[in-house]
Amino acid sequence: MANMTMIEAVQNALDIMMDRDPSVVVFGEDVGYFGGVFRCTAGLQKKYGRTRCFDTPISELGIVGAGIGMAAAGMKPCVELQFADYMYPAYDQIVSEAARLRYRSAGEFTCPMVVRMPTGGGIFGAQTHSQSPEALFTHVTGLKTVIPSTPEDARGLLMAAIDDPDPVIFLEPKRLYNGPFDGHHERPVVSWKKHDLGAVADDATAIPIGKARIMRLGNEVTVLAYGTMVHVALTAAEETGIDAEIIDLRTLLPLDTETVFGSVRRTGRCVIIHEATLTCGYGAELAALVQEQCFYHLEAPIQRVAGWDTPYPHAQEWFYFPGPKRVGEALRATVEAI
Amino acid sequence: MTTGSKLSLHVPEPDWRPGDTPDFSNVQVPKAGSVRRPEVDEDPEAMRDLAYTIIRVLDRKGRAVGPWAGSLPDEALLTGLRHMMTLRIYDARMMMAQRQGKTSFYMQHLGEEAISCAFQMSLAKGDMNFPTYRQAGLLVAAGYPLTKMMCQVYSNDGDPVRGRQLPVFYSSKEHGFFSISGNLATQYIQAVGWAMASAIRQDDKIAAAWIGDGSTAESDFHAGLVFASTYRAPVVLNIVNNQWAISTFQGIARGGSGTFAARGHGFGLPALRVDGNDYLAVHAVAQWAVERARRNLGPTLVEYVTYRAGGHSTSDDPSAYRPKEESAAWPLGDPILRLKAHLIEKGLWSEDRHTQTEAEITETVVAAQKEAEAIGTLHDGRRPSPRDMFEDVYATMPPHLRRQRQEAGF
Ligand SMILES: Cc1ncc(C[n+]2csc(CCOP(=O)(O)OP(=O)(O)O)c2C)c(N)n1
Ligand SMILES: [Mg+2]
Repeated sequence: MANMTMIEAVQNALDIMMDRDPSVVVFGEDVGYFGGVFRCTAGLQKKYGRTRCFDTPISELGIVGAGIGMAAAGMKPCVELQFADYMYPAYDQIVSEAARLRYRSAGEFTCPMVVRMPTGGGIFGAQTHSQSPEALFTHVTGLKTVIPSTPEDARGLLMAAIDDPDPVIFLEPKRLYNGPFDGHHERPVVSWKKHDLGAVADDATAIPIGKARIMRLGNEVTVLAYGTMVHVALTAAEETGIDAEIIDLRTLLPLDTETVFGSVRRTGRCVIIHEATLTCGYGAELAALVQEQCFYHLEAPIQRVAGWDTPYPHAQEWFYFPGPKRVGEALRATVEAI
Repeated sequence: MTTGSKLSLHVPEPDWRPGDTPDFSNVQVPKAGSVRRPEVDEDPEAMRDLAYTIIRVLDRKGRAVGPWAGSLPDEALLTGLRHMMTLRIYDARMMMAQRQGKTSFYMQHLGEEAISCAFQMSLAKGDMNFPTYRQAGLLVAAGYPLTKMMCQVYSNDGDPVRGRQLPVFYSSKEHGFFSISGNLATQYIQAVGWAMASAIRQDDKIAAAWIGDGSTAESDFHAGLVFASTYRAPVVLNIVNNQWAISTFQGIARGGSGTFAARGHGFGLPALRVDGNDYLAVHAVAQWAVERARRNLGPTLVEYVTYRAGGHSTSDDPSAYRPKEESAAWPLGDPILRLKAHLIEKGLWSEDRHTQTEAEITETVVAAQKEAEAIGTLHDGRRPSPRDMFEDVYATMPPHLRRQRQEAGF
């Protein structure tokens, strides 16, 4: 067991998969010589050469579109979009093409491609470096959407994503790249290197897509979270002393309904949290599913804590980000509801 | 038919990387004054050569020579120098403020000051720029208050965009400066649309689109060119080729095209390439393109050849991907030093006056900074109310946002 940052874990997964399979190629803006603005592809060009890890023109449409063509030709592209906020030029390629290729050709052409992108806020990046567009992917049939919250999960899930026969959107919570984030922005940053959850196994193995992880066992309320909010939820449970069961969904689609429903049926209460804006967010789907499948076990209304329905602001970041205080209040309200 | 040949992928690489010695002797720099100046109504097909050269006015001795010289009177040149010096000093102060933790982020113009400062001098009131984050000289030259700029950088209570945007993403309709988007290239086509509106209304205003070398790869750029070409929109389509897009050299975006300006040829656009570090050349070419637009002759594509002497932003360290000496080896020199030398050569300026002016401008900038900081910085003082976060999402706040604002406690 050693510790890695999430950046190193992503890099390690790419390295392992490129080493294992010569059809894995990695490209995107600034990913080649420089190794990515977040350094997730550092050293890969040097090790595998310029035709397997390279810089692209600034065209997200081009990056994803070229990836689809390569994937259809039998390669396994794992492309990087510099920020999730810049995925929109690629959206048509993702939605109309990558997600539909298998279906429209009855399996004759497929798209085993991974599209990685840093997501979420907490870095004073304002509206174009902070967005959480996961619901724009989960709404699209044909895509899988994955979002890790620890280095080990980032590595294992990315390995599984690259192996997957279908297109996978791989969201990397950028505020977790260097260390966990409990939502207390005023406190010093903790590195993954000095945190229990930063440990990764010596033996790298893929972590199956579609499996949630129970981060904290509890009886009073089930918290459904993913990405950065997993750590905020852990902190809120600690600070309120509420006996919450915290589930890190890890994969948003396909969702591990067994783990989710099992927990909610047991606790009878459910709080859903995400950074993304509230309305029509992924939490709405979760709430609908829980209502359909756990209605007779519910003892309180399902609560959602999410980003306000405004663009992500700069100066007001900490009023916008759903921190441990807001999450704690929702936990309390849910366990106190009769 | 060729058989048995093996394909290989071409991935362009810059000529040198950290550790190498940069040598720009292969960059063809035409002599100042040597490139012709066509009439503004000349057929674009007849000026294709101008996309493959570099229009220059200032020679090595600081003299203004050739057919593009003389677009500005002496008084305006002195003002231009002041604008560039102001922008550089302002940048230095804001870079330092960022390092001191007074804001989150900053982007400077080092080496590129002439482009935005001189371009603005060719526009008239009511014209509209659609700038990128590296054209604050448009605001400086348009007389926008430095204090307001700083308030934006600090996201404080004096910030005209209420702390919503990343530092340097200014906005001022009054000064012909469209609100900056963080998504590259999106505004290129919007500038064309703005210009089309002016034509539909039979107004006399024009628009200016701005983009970096790297961002020309985005589809929005190509959409801008085709719309401008089809509707002969009154717009100046600017490309600032500063050689780098973060860590990516210009060859990745340019590909097999000889120059960025040459991209205009497929659209039948007149395309000019100009020395971006030559204040006089930038102004003369801008004025030519603006006149074309104003006379309803249609769009012009202009490539400014320059060099990003600093890091991409405060988050970037260029020594990781390019030699430290590259900036000094760049053959087009420094725009401020070149205009200064010209003014001294003309007897309008002196080393003493320059030093004195530098001190004066520094004083002005520092005073503006004090004023801005008296209001607040990103983490201190008076900041936009969190209540404000919910404003301007719509013209009228819908009930669900009103509810959320109440829930947030504001
Ligand atoms: C759509 C989009 N993709 C990527 C980015 C990230 N990004 C910001 S600046 C930049 C480089 C732009 O280079 P260039 O166009 O040459 O402009 P310069 O910074 O050199 O002025 C990149 C990739 C972005 N802001 N928007
Ligand atoms: Mg550039």
